[in-house]
Amino acid sequence: MAVPILKQGAYLIASVQSALSDADLLELRNELVMKVGKFRSRGVIVDVTAMDVMDSFASRTLRDIAHMIRLRGAETVIVGIQPEVAFTMVQLGLTLEGVSTALDLEEGLAYLDREKPKGGGDGETARLRE
Amino acid sequence: MAVERHVPVKDESRVPIRSDLDIVAARQRGRALAQRLGFSDSNLTMIATAISELARNILLYAKKGEMTIGIVENNGLSGITVVAWDEGPGIRDVDRAMEVGYSTSGSLGLGLPGVKRLMDDFEIVSRQGRGTTITARKWKR
Repeated sequence: MAVPILKQGAYLIASVQSALSDADLLELRNELVMKVGKFRSRGVIVDVTAMDVMDSFASRTLRDIAHMIRLRGAETVIVGIQPEVAFTMVQLGLTLEGVSTALDLEEGLAYLDREKPKGGGDGETARLRE
Repeated sequence: MAVERHVPVKDESRVPIRSDLDIVAARQRGRALAQRLGFSDSNLTMIATAISELARNILLYAKKGEMTIGIVENNGLSGITVVAWDEGPGIRDVDRAMEVGYSTSGSLGLGLPGVKRLMDDFEIVSRQGRGTTITARKWKR
């Protein structure tokens, strides 16, 4: 596994440590979608501070991760997009629509803490348990 | 800007593109070379990302090919040149391929216009059934 995934309380934290191939990104996606059920996690943080390139494939995979995790009933925050990476992404039109982002891990955790766990009553996402 | 011909290329290195791992290798090679030329951090990221998109296009459309990365000098400016070469099916309609949002592979379709925006010079030569050669350059200012 190219990206270690840590369980911290109700959250999963995936910290990208090095350059990722397409296969690594897909493995990360599959692992997170699986582990969010296994650990009954309410939130997922993907820390991309170490990523020096966010091309169309990486960007699409991160968006897919966030959407799949939401379908599983949890929230995803992407943290640590570097200034030059943000600059390049905008030039490419990669805006990560519908995906929550935060400055760094600390802000990401604060964001998830603020997000109320979604119950079944509000008509929004009900948590689907395995 | 069109790609000026007959510009000598130095420190050329070739990266065969056959798998997704080669995409990473190509963009790291390009970043290292651009760093030697003294490009800014945001330019390094733009160059590496452009190489990533070009290498992925090779895999997606031609399955295999080659990237050549080198240093160019012209009119007192130095820059990095990236050539993506394949013998794939070729691009049927180059003008269309350059339209934002157009893609025949079901991918995001940002590839080529995006690369053009990230680099200074950009040129596609494509012949149906023969393959595609894309040259992109970025000059250090």
